[in-house]
Amino acid sequence: MAKHETPLLDQLESGPWPSFVSDIKQEAEHRQANPDNVEFQIPQDVCDDLLGVLEMSYRDGETHWKHGGIVGVFGYGGGVIGRYCDQPEMFPGVAHFHTLRVNQPSGKYYTTEFLGQLADLWDFRGSGLLNLHGATGDLVFLGTTTPQLEEIFWTLTHDLDTDLGGSGSNLRTPACCLGESRCEYACYDTQLACHTLTNEYQDELHRPAFPYKFKFKFDGCPNGCVASIARSDFSVIGTWKDDIKIDQDAVKGYVNGEFAPNAGAHSGRDWGKFDIVEEVIDRCPTKCMSWDGNTLSIDNAECYRCMHCINTMPRALKIGDERGATILVGAKAPILDGAQMASLLVPFIEVNPPDYDELKEVIENLWDWWMEEGKNRERIGELIRRQGFQKMLEVTGIKADARHVSAPRANPYIFWKEEDVEGGWTRDINVFREKHQR
Amino acid sequence: MAFISAGYNPDKPMEGRITDIGPKKFDQFYPPVIAKNKGQWEYHEIIEPGVLMHKAKSGDEVYTVRFGGARLMSVTHLREIMAIADEYCGGYLRFTTRNNVELMVTDKDTALKLKADLNGRKFAGGSYKFPVGGTGAGITNVVHTQGWVHCHTPATDASGTVKVTLDEVFGHFTNMDLPAPLRISMACCLNMCGAVHCSDIAILGYHRKPPIIDHEYLDNMCEIPLAVAACPMGAIRPTKTEINGKEYKSVAVKNERCMFCGNCYTMCPSLPLADKEGDGLVIMAGGKISNRLSEPKFSKVVVAFIPNEPPRWPTLAKTIRQIVDAYAADAKKYERLGDWAERIGWERFFEKTGLEFSEHLIDDFRDPAYYTWRQTTHFKF
Repeated sequence: MAKHETPLLDQLESGPWPSFVSDIKQEAEHRQANPDNVEFQIPQDVCDDLLGVLEMSYRDGETHWKHGGIVGVFGYGGGVIGRYCDQPEMFPGVAHFHTLRVNQPSGKYYTTEFLGQLADLWDFRGSGLLNLHGATGDLVFLGTTTPQLEEIFWTLTHDLDTDLGGSGSNLRTPACCLGESRCEYACYDTQLACHTLTNEYQDELHRPAFPYKFKFKFDGCPNGCVASIARSDFSVIGTWKDDIKIDQDAVKGYVNGEFAPNAGAHSGRDWGKFDIVEEVIDRCPTKCMSWDGNTLSIDNAECYRCMHCINTMPRALKIGDERGATILVGAKAPILDGAQMASLLVPFIEVNPPDYDELKEVIENLWDWWMEEGKNRERIGELIRRQGFQKMLEVTGIKADARHVSAPRANPYIFWKEEDVEGGWTRDINVFREKHQR
Repeated sequence: MAFISAGYNPDKPMEGRITDIGPKKFDQFYPPVIAKNKGQWEYHEIIEPGVLMHKAKSGDEVYTVRFGGARLMSVTHLREIMAIADEYCGGYLRFTTRNNVELMVTDKDTALKLKADLNGRKFAGGSYKFPVGGTGAGITNVVHTQGWVHCHTPATDASGTVKVTLDEVFGHFTNMDLPAPLRISMACCLNMCGAVHCSDIAILGYHRKPPIIDHEYLDNMCEIPLAVAACPMGAIRPTKTEINGKEYKSVAVKNERCMFCGNCYTMCPSLPLADKEGDGLVIMAGGKISNRLSEPKFSKVVVAFIPNEPPRWPTLAKTIRQIVDAYAADAKKYERLGDWAERIGWERFFEKTGLEFSEHLIDDFRDPAYYTWRQTTHFKF
């Protein structure tokens, strides 16, 4: 028997898409029945009360979670988000409903053994509800009480060999695509880079010392499956410098209909016979490809590696062998002065395990600048706008390059420095007046 | 419910403490076929919706069955997924960036059997537990934020609006019948903890009423200078106010300058914005993050406001349907929604989708606004 009537939420049980309401109800019933005799460390009816407070929000059109609440584990400044219900008397099971961010393994591969340990822990000390995964990448434990936080952290670090993720003004949990593990487009090992830098910067991840949040994301190629260019302060996108490799026989395979274009991604509709000229050659944004009916040619020097031809004919075209990454900096969501896309800083950088010294040098130069000059709650993308792209080049020691801009400036208001101008700026007005009367 | 300690001693918090160990290393979770062929993949093929085959140089094949799920998931649901992974794939599984789950097997027959098994499981309420799909030129899972389930700043619910949206477009999740992938994302307030600003379609919770000022408590709850500094529009100033004969230090808000971002509330709990009538949804469209063909681009506001209509948000569902249907009917193969809108022109976008253009959709926020006005005679009647 449900603890609270939920006539509004019940209407979200119909329809084909998996219903979170059905799932929370399932968990509420499971906790009531408790077939495994778990000694629940937080209220047994936590899921019932979550449904109750959520139903109230559906009726009121407003949230019923209080603002903030500083809780955490000793010595860390992030990883736990305090949350309290604003109607604790009505819903005591969710009076405290804190979240923990658990740092996911890079690429989000798991074994059922490890996930089972996490599930057992969360049954025992939490609500039994999770996010798989949160937007930044963490596995999120959703809803526990303050006395459980240290206990959960103890079990995570001692028994599960895993750590919390980031929150607040620190390095947020880095994330990556699955990269070389299962993708032929990956230009570097995104998982290893992500894992290595996550471990390298544990102090920055757990102890807030930055002006605001800072996110790393690692995309293996310009398709950008983890959206690093839009969602990370430091976006590393795999690329290559040499030629796209062509298997001419496989190209013919696509042309004569033997292979489905775009790996079969369009099979749900009849788009007609594959037309290499219409679908690849003419669509190429740099017009660097040609097809003479027999041979596909690419003027690789003119290619900017958009991936369209490779995506369209993955059996025939392969990424080049001189691989590395492009670094773009400063993406953020709209708060406050509008959204920003990441801007190109390093056109090509080698991504070399095990130390990733090249990446670390760029990261640490950026951090030194931002920690010195950034205002409270100023993202690095905003600092670049406030102090200028040139300042970022200066602090990173990177030379200006036409690739840095989509176009040169359309105004002549150049902030010349005194040392740039012959003779400096100090002049004698009397010398000037010897030639020019008042 | 007796308290059981895991070993932590609150009197000696540093005793036996382990910190800064980071996540578990990823490669211990690779299925054997992945561990063997990493970095040696030759090509891939989507053999049917939700089923990918990756071919390795070694000749090995891995078949991935992808299914969607609500990102809010219970351990009971997770344990059912784990039991399936144990039965079919040796106890290995992974999650995607967009909250899908992937199970990997090494032969096609098992993959198809697995797909049928997954599609056969339903919740008591009737919805699919593990719908297979989310591949290729279709609509994959909708990434989203916490909403009314767990957050203090939302202008709407996230899980509910996403459920309604995915119910509406479910046929495009299980079928690859669109011109290109169409990514929908949802953020329940402007903080966008799930950054949605570069999505083909973005659903964004938004406030429309300035903060209410809790004068009697504000000075105790907040640092007034921080609350003042939080406003990007300079609409907040320190003030003193008298209530029942007692003077309080507080703030005043110039309401006509407010753009309802909620940053003041983030800095000061005594400035709540949430309001049943004021809050609702903004729909943005035409963004992308891939570099394929065209550059990554921001989503544009195409509907200024849709009221909150829980539990099923019918106007939201109808609006999404209008956009998706117009795009599906008119775009060229490989053309993302934003590329389509730019090719036909935004004036045609509104015509074809049947959405109404209003003055709210003309940018008036700071300098970049000017660059979105039309400085040419190139337009269509």
